[in-house]
Amino acid sequence: MVLGKGASSSLSKKMVDGAEEMVNNNNFTALVVDDDPLIRVLHDMYLRKFGLKAQVVENGKMAVDLFHVGATFNLILMDKEMPVMDGAEATKQLRAMGVNSMIVGVTSRDLSFEKEAFMEAGLDLCFEKPLTPEKISFILQELNKNNNN
Amino acid sequence: MIILFNISLTKGNSRAINRKGMAIDDHEHNSTRTKLPIIDVSYFTEKARMDMNRLQQEVACMRSSLFDQGYLDEQFIQLEELQDDANPNFVQEIVTLFYTDSARLIQNIEQALRSKPIGFSKLDDYMHQFKGSSSSIGAKKVTNQCALLREYCSAENGEGCISTFLQVKQEYAILRRKLEAYFEV
Repeated sequence: MVLGKGASSSLSKKMVDGAEEMVNNNNFTALVVDDDPLIRVLHDMYLRKFGLKAQVVENGKMAVDLFHVGATFNLILMDKEMPVMDGAEATKQLRAMGVNSMIVGVTSRDLSFEKEAFMEAGLDLCFEKPLTPEKISFILQELNKNNNN
Repeated sequence: MIILFNISLTKGNSRAINRKGMAIDDHEHNSTRTKLPIIDVSYFTEKARMDMNRLQQEVACMRSSLFDQGYLDEQFIQLEELQDDANPNFVQEIVTLFYTDSARLIQNIEQALRSKPIGFSKLDDYMHQFKGSSSSIGAKKVTNQCALLREYCSAENGEGCISTFLQVKQEYAILRRKLEAYFEV
């Protein structure tokens, strides 16, 4: 299993069943949508460590535009609060376009009703920021299940 | 071609040698254009090793205290685990982004607190961002103060917001000072 050069063995210990198979498949791609450059760098690094090729954009409109020009991603990490177009609106538009990528909401809003509203926009999962190896491992497990179905 | 120098730091008995390793007399020695110092190389190797050990202990001690005193939490360890040979300065890069983010947010928050009346909704937005940013690098005390300030925002308690923000800035300044010293070493 390749996690990336010099990857810590502690990362591999945090992977759940199914995630390892996902990691070995180098064709999976991800899109990180977040206005915070720190989160973009952090989540991009996490995804690369888990073997995914990631692209990053800074708001929902840029994510939607990418799909308009034909880009596809297996996984989208979508922040909720963003300028220009927020995560909920971007998710709604992507679903309306017929995008069936796994969209995972990532928010620092810790109120359950806010998370619920975000989920209703069309998310598959929603996590509180920042993502951790355990959360990403879980996401990959779910992505793997969806891919097999 | 390897040129070996057999030289020592002792005074008196040592004789100078030329580049071929042959002892030279005083006349030849004094007539050379440059007079090289006589150096014991093993002394410096041992000194460098001791300095390195001391430095490593200092770094370990600083790192330990950041966690023991509650400035950093598990999230910082997650960042360290992402660092590798291909990205040797990853943690420092993330922390630098945090400084940039924080400087912008502190300025915005100060402006929001100066406005009359205080725009609590906008203030809460900024604090939400600051809390998110600080929790992303594991800045535990800063995150906790941000959470407290958000409670005062919800209650629209202006005085509580102002006094808590002073705490936020203080914790941020202390953390920044400690992290800068840590990365300096």
